[in-house]
Amino acid sequence: MTFDLKIDEPHPEHRADGLAQGVLEQDNDRPDGWLKVAGTATYAAEEQADDMLHGFLVRAPKIGAVSCPNVDDVRAMEGVRSVLRDPRMIRNAAQGTANEAPAQGVDRAAYVGQPVALVVAESFEQARHAAQALVVSVEEEDKPVQPDAVEPEKPEDKSTELGDLDRAMSEAAFTVDAVYTTPSMVSAAMEPHAATAHWDGETLTLRGSLQMLKFNRNELADSVGLDPKHVRVLAPYVGGGFGSKLGISADCVAAALAAMELKQPVRVVQHRRNVFEVNTRRSETRQHIRLAADTEGRLTGLGHEALVSNLPEEEFSEPVIQGSHFAYAASNRTLGMKVARIHRSAAGSVRAPGESVGVTAFEVAMDELAQAAGVDPVNLRLRNIPEKDPESGKPFSSHRLEAALRQGADAFGWSHRHAAPRQQREGEWWIGTGMAAAFRVNMVIEAEARISLTRDGATVMSDMTDIGTGSYAIFGQIAAELLGLPLDRIDAQLGDTRFPPGSGSGGSFGAASTGTAVWLAGMEIRKQIADRLGCSEAELTLKDGKATYANKRASLRDLLSDEPITGHGHVEPGEAAEKVRQATFGAHFAEVAVSDVTGEVCVRRMLGSFAAGRILNPRTATSQCHGGMTWGIGMALTEELTHDRRDGHAVNRDLAGYHLPVNADVPPLEVHFVEELDDWAGPMQAKGIGELGICGAGASILNAVYNACGARVRDMPATPDRVLAALPS
Amino acid sequence: MKTSFTVNGSPFSIDLDPRVTLLDALRDHLNLTGSKKGCDHGQCGACTVLVDGRRINACLSLAVMHDGDEITTVEGLSEDGRSPLQSAFVRHDGMQCGYCTPGQLCSATAVFREIAEGWPSHVSETLDGPYALTREELAERMSGNICRCSCYPGINAAILETAEEDAGYAEAAE
Ligand code: FES
Ligand code: FES
Repeated sequence: MTFDLKIDEPHPEHRADGLAQGVLEQDNDRPDGWLKVAGTATYAAEEQADDMLHGFLVRAPKIGAVSCPNVDDVRAMEGVRSVLRDPRMIRNAAQGTANEAPAQGVDRAAYVGQPVALVVAESFEQARHAAQALVVSVEEEDKPVQPDAVEPEKPEDKSTELGDLDRAMSEAAFTVDAVYTTPSMVSAAMEPHAATAHWDGETLTLRGSLQMLKFNRNELADSVGLDPKHVRVLAPYVGGGFGSKLGISADCVAAALAAMELKQPVRVVQHRRNVFEVNTRRSETRQHIRLAADTEGRLTGLGHEALVSNLPEEEFSEPVIQGSHFAYAASNRTLGMKVARIHRSAAGSVRAPGESVGVTAFEVAMDELAQAAGVDPVNLRLRNIPEKDPESGKPFSSHRLEAALRQGADAFGWSHRHAAPRQQREGEWWIGTGMAAAFRVNMVIEAEARISLTRDGATVMSDMTDIGTGSYAIFGQIAAELLGLPLDRIDAQLGDTRFPPGSGSGGSFGAASTGTAVWLAGMEIRKQIADRLGCSEAELTLKDGKATYANKRASLRDLLSDEPITGHGHVEPGEAAEKVRQATFGAHFAEVAVSDVTGEVCVRRMLGSFAAGRILNPRTATSQCHGGMTWGIGMALTEELTHDRRDGHAVNRDLAGYHLPVNADVPPLEVHFVEELDDWAGPMQAKGIGELGICGAGASILNAVYNACGARVRDMPATPDRVLAALPS
Repeated sequence: MKTSFTVNGSPFSIDLDPRVTLLDALRDHLNLTGSKKGCDHGQCGACTVLVDGRRINACLSLAVMHDGDEITTVEGLSEDGRSPLQSAFVRHDGMQCGYCTPGQLCSATAVFREIAEGWPSHVSETLDGPYALTREELAERMSGNICRCSCYPGINAAILETAEEDAGYAEAAE
């Protein structure tokens, strides 16, 4: 049996509040933490097989028709078992939820860095050496690589035209009309994409570093030409993803093909420099933002038009304006997207696609409006909160932006701020503060999970991954709460396509989607226990392994036979998505110091206040917010993937050239959660938290830079040269 | 080439291709996969191990250069994986994906010793110690270990708490 739920209606019954175990919403350790500190959590490249071969990917150095003239010489090198140039190898990682093979082929490189061969040898050193010896000659083709070099596509379905923005601009008391740019960025998860493939003549078993296994299995099967039922994918531990591991990656397909050809296990780990090219980047954006406001700072018009890019044949385009559709009220609206088809590496989802860059630029524009109108930036946001979705007119499922702004401002001490820039100086350093609002759409994805309850405890099973997000911890808590068991009697087993298909990790939907499936599975078990006790599920109390109903009391051990009780949960998005606008909201505050001499920006402290429904585990949720806020530091100040103007190649494609925030770049971060139960989010009233923290975080820093020293930087990142150039003379 | 060294107290003698890095020797030849490979270029710190008590990036060093050395990896930091520092990492959620964690733990272990032995850092005010493990010193000294999940608040809290509470590091924390 399965407990199915389509989320069509609100769930005003807050069952989680009435359960007895008291572990949900508690600040619990992540159980996988112990394996991680001991070094025993096994990632994709850590399986040892005696006869394992090693593959090394070879990249195209130019765009055009590819050939490898010395392939026979390389095949004869010591230890080399194969030089694979298989047309089934994939051009770049699949997009999230693609569910089918991405563009394939090795004869034509669409971008610099495309994998065009896999050299397989007995040892890693032999494979690497031979791969370096393989000559890749390219008959160069002249392809556009600059977003402004082509006439862009204009996807109609992504635009909104309401009222007359031009008129609103001309009649407004205050306006902002500016262009903001963000560069290409990358996920740069610490674990490089890696795969170990086994082929037994019938079944392909692949350990990969992947986020969404039910889709990845189909993508892999389609790529190599197998029936998905003969493909098993495992990813019990994933060393970070952030979007770059949503779709099947080049290492997985190449390792699978090599294992099938050589009938031996093959491991392929992407070199760090492949990681920057072969997996999807966040598109650069050019954003034209227009704001028209009345004398009080109330928006009468709002424009957000963005240009992004991607390779031909890629459906994804960075949804820059996603947050602007619902963030603020204004009756005259022009929102639109343009996509330039160019030959940089493929663009795809990177943590909070859309709002990460879109809200960030928009919130800088809002700061400019606050300055122009002489309205406090927090008040400006408060004045422009819409009553209902400003475009569709649908009600919000729950809207806690005001609380997030007020609570955040209080906790940060916002009222002590100097409204005008350049008021506080310490030696060479200008000190200032800034804020921004945070917006992120919320979604549910179809998910299933199973729980098996035995006398010893319960096992939760789903192919859902834990990419650092806390899935193991949260699913354990949900199951423990429903079944009335201490946490140490729950074992969560994830990341294996033999288990029921979860949502996968991405889009902040993991905990709420697969978590709801776990909840439903737990409910089904409660129902069966209640039947045995002769009561209804709601009348049953389960706590510490004991079942109680009225004056009946029995231990679970006694109620259970040798047969385990199983529950299977299945959740699907339903009409809720049509009936209401659902999102998460927050507010960021930052204090910075800016050197008047070098233009260097140091972030001194950051505070985020977030509303994301019921917070299932405040500790793991806080860590997710720390992550998002720190990514905001990177976006604001250091992260930029630079493309060569001639052939589009990623110039700084390693961790020395692409600057991630390190320990010393990150000040104390304070995270607050606003109380919220969103009834439209399902039976747990919980929403996603993994991405909200990045949305707008960078803007709070850039706005603080302006408040500190008067430099308004509209091209991110605000590197010292840009800050110096923007300093008022 | 034949190379002999001690890893986590056990002697090993292995015949290795001279191109094998210390990191790959540990991971692929000794099955000690706790040390991670994040970049293979000395840019991330995931591969940090201790050689004769000092931290190095194991990816930047060939295994054959370590003949006779005493190497400690994350697997050797404690018997049960629950040393005060390891436990503090779990308590303070000093990890999300966990991929950088072994490197963070090995680095932090070396930092305690560097502080105790009076090694200056870029942010030290003088070149001749003693130094206290302030937040600023810690952040500077741990900046060779990137955490893309950005668990720095938890990592720092765990290290500072361990420095304060564990008697062995008391001197470091004053
Ligand atoms: S793997 Fe050695 S520093 Fe990155
Ligand atoms: S925990 Fe993921 S990189 Fe540090």
